[in-house]
Amino acid sequence: MVEKGIGQPVPRKEDRRFVTGRGRYTDDINLPGQLHAVFVRSPHAHARIRRIDKDSVLGMPGVVAVLTGADAEADGIGPLICGWMIHSRDGSPMKMGTHRVLATDKVRYVGDRVACIVAETPHQARDAAEALVVEYEELEPVVDLATAHDAPARVHDDIPHNLCYDWELGDRAAVDEAFARAAKVVSLDLTNNRLVPNAMEPRAALAAYDPGKDEITLYLTSQNPHVHRLVMSAFNNIAPEHKLRVVAPDVGGGFGSKIFIYGEECVVAWAARRLGRPVKWREERSEAFLADAHGRDHLTHAEMAVDEDGRILALRVDTKANLGAYMSTFSSAIPTYLYAPLLSGQYRIPAIYARVRTYYTNTTPVDAYRGAGRPEACYVVETLVDAAARELGLDRAEIRRRNFIPKDAFPYETPVIMTYDSGDYATCLERALELADYAGFEQRRREAAARGKLRGIGIACYIEACGIAPSQAAISLGAGVGLWESAEVRFTHTGKVQVFTGTHTHGQGHETTFSQLVAEALGVPFEDVEVIHGDTAATPVGMGTYGSRSQAVGGEAILRACNKIIEKGKKIAAHLLEASDADIEFEAGTFRVKGTDRQKTIQEVAFAAYVPSSYPPDLEPGLEASAFFDPPNFTFPSGTYVCEVEVDPETGQVSVEKWVAVDDFGRVINPLIVEGQVHGGVVQGLGQALLEHAIYDRESGQLLTGSFMDYAMPRADHVPDFVVEFAPGSPSPSNSLGAKGAGEAGAIGAPPAIMNAIWDAIGVRVEMPATPERVWRALQSVRMPQAAE
Amino acid sequence: MPQVRMRVNGREVSGEVEPRTLLVEFLREHLGLTGTHVGCDTSQCGCCVVHVDGRSVKSCTLLAVQCDGAEVLTIEGLARNGELHPLQRAFHECHGLQCGFCTPGMIMSALELLQRNPSPSEGEVRAWLEGNLCRCTGYHNIVRAILRAAEEMREAPQPAA
Repeated sequence: MVEKGIGQPVPRKEDRRFVTGRGRYTDDINLPGQLHAVFVRSPHAHARIRRIDKDSVLGMPGVVAVLTGADAEADGIGPLICGWMIHSRDGSPMKMGTHRVLATDKVRYVGDRVACIVAETPHQARDAAEALVVEYEELEPVVDLATAHDAPARVHDDIPHNLCYDWELGDRAAVDEAFARAAKVVSLDLTNNRLVPNAMEPRAALAAYDPGKDEITLYLTSQNPHVHRLVMSAFNNIAPEHKLRVVAPDVGGGFGSKIFIYGEECVVAWAARRLGRPVKWREERSEAFLADAHGRDHLTHAEMAVDEDGRILALRVDTKANLGAYMSTFSSAIPTYLYAPLLSGQYRIPAIYARVRTYYTNTTPVDAYRGAGRPEACYVVETLVDAAARELGLDRAEIRRRNFIPKDAFPYETPVIMTYDSGDYATCLERALELADYAGFEQRRREAAARGKLRGIGIACYIEACGIAPSQAAISLGAGVGLWESAEVRFTHTGKVQVFTGTHTHGQGHETTFSQLVAEALGVPFEDVEVIHGDTAATPVGMGTYGSRSQAVGGEAILRACNKIIEKGKKIAAHLLEASDADIEFEAGTFRVKGTDRQKTIQEVAFAAYVPSSYPPDLEPGLEASAFFDPPNFTFPSGTYVCEVEVDPETGQVSVEKWVAVDDFGRVINPLIVEGQVHGGVVQGLGQALLEHAIYDRESGQLLTGSFMDYAMPRADHVPDFVVEFAPGSPSPSNSLGAKGAGEAGAIGAPPAIMNAIWDAIGVRVEMPATPERVWRALQSVRMPQAAE
Repeated sequence: MPQVRMRVNGREVSGEVEPRTLLVEFLREHLGLTGTHVGCDTSQCGCCVVHVDGRSVKSCTLLAVQCDGAEVLTIEGLARNGELHPLQRAFHECHGLQCGFCTPGMIMSALELLQRNPSPSEGEVRAWLEGNLCRCTGYHNIVRAILRAAEEMREAPQPAA
């Protein structure tokens, strides 16, 4: 076994800089002569901009420039884009409202960018931002998703009914037919609450223009620096792609929110060139609440048809999804191709039909947030399954067992365009039930009742789809980019290894897991491997990190580059050992002539490649290789979460008492890190289920939960200790590692597990977040007869 | 502009600051100690926790001028002679950090807990951390790390930080 190789819980090599305060985040970087930018944001949800009085601040101390949308247009800065084209049921393309880097005609949400003040110090910029006189003509806002279709106002004047697209997936006729012959039909109206991502590091950007090279360098809180560079050059006209360098240094969490190309980074980069001095911007948290793309926000009517034994016959889903005021970079794909194709869950469902309409509202744009579409789908399916079990009087584990896709049925084609790669759902469920002592639950319920508490248990069996793929299929469904990944692996003279990856790590620990991968593949010490990422000038063109793709797609690219190195190394070794290529075998860092003890280490071979004193005549010197990997399919992690809650009937307070997670992530590279991904994902799911909710005032469109004082984030004392176990696992056949991805599972599976547990505890279903008030009110509604006595 | 002097990580420092300059701004922008982070503007997140005169404080809640003459310890001053403090080591070994942004504040906050209570229970650790937000770890491994560091510090007491 290779020391610190695949499968071992190696503590992370990146930790040292973080625990000593030597991390280097964007806001930690300063450049000589830098200016500071502050954005003036709309205080109104919907208004026409009548006038921006630049003179009101131009004489203030330190103010260097006031930039507006008109200035940006005059300089040819292009609008922001959405990179995934969706077509409506009638074949018409989605209706994209113009999204400028700075508003020109109208502002469309509280926080919309109106102007950018650039000044010598952050305080001076902030003072001027507060003083800038902007005259608005207020307009009636569209706030409520449910009524956006018939709202009198239009977010974009040229888009009727505020409807972006009306999309469908699946066989409607087959679903109607199945419902007609069903023994039982259950139907639910579900709200998937709007969330604010809240990575702990707010967004930041620092741009510098080098007139000698006519080049812009942009330090940015980005999950995908090459995607930023591509969009900012091809669509926003910030600079030609080869004259724009994007560096994403240490990034303090993303969860989706740092994928997108926002107006702020475009303005900062443009301002740096226009003003000829570096320009820095750091978001305040209260800005982040308004300006970072939100997540979720669905209203769904869902119906499930079952036979008398609880076998699912069909699923019908009608969803309205909130886009916010503008389309964000990938916002069209989230409630469509990342949502409806997951509606089969872990179950054999013969017919599924989904209709999705997305609406503009005068709220912050909505885009991918950890899970992105898949948590919404899982919540629909797992809530319906519980509803069906209740309707039929079936045990909630048993109904799942009866409907699982059996483990010998893979690859399994669902009625909603997915082909699941592998899975063993029953094993995960049974193990989770065992760890949770499901059989002993009723005893615990009775004990809790004796203490005056209502105890409930909930199960959720989730499916995730990671690493959107293959590129050709994604592009045929509307994606504007390929979704492969790249890597370059380079030996140095002294036998050290540099790995350049197109993915980006912002908490996931790639510097460690990729090093483990390379240590295993090349037989070099873990410590001799350095992973380089996040700089378009250093790394190969790559698509970045989101959708739990880095290991399954990026890891495979690294492995393939390693294999190319080994192939070349064999030729060099054969020459050095005076043998034929075919007789050389490679194992654990050593090239050996088969059946002999004649050998060369990979470090000796690397040295020979760079100092070719004795070298194959027809071979290039050097030992490095690059590879691109375009996966043949998504990977499909799965698992079962079991949650036990206790509800205080006097206060409605829910406490999570016990948590069991059994996940099948295929092959796990580093269990320590992957467990951490589960913990973090589950707590984000717990936040959605119990605490978090972005609430807008229905009249004014003001965000009422705009700070950590009103938006409840999960804290250490909200959450229990977790039991996390990995199932023996069904490796993915889509990559040679067998890896499936693990980043989003927790956020996908946790909300229904918790909500089903609360439903079980109090006997009535409540919407997320299950705040004490909601739970208490729900309890009063079912206790009314008692109360009347 | 007012002049402030303080001892930061054992070193005498001074600077001229605008009166409204926060301690965290002084540390980050004047002294280049960027290990102390700013994660919010309402003193909720705890990313900016440092020690002032031996007590953990959110450095966004104090003006630099209020700390004139104070003894300040930041995350950069915790390791001694390249040797990690038991808390730093435990966060690493227990995988108590992911993106690392909340980590300095978490460690500095936990340090005061362990100075006050060398043997906290899991519940006491969780309650103490109510002023520190983490979005990555789900707190599980942070709590484990603090309990492990407490154990190590009980066995081999540290010189006062």
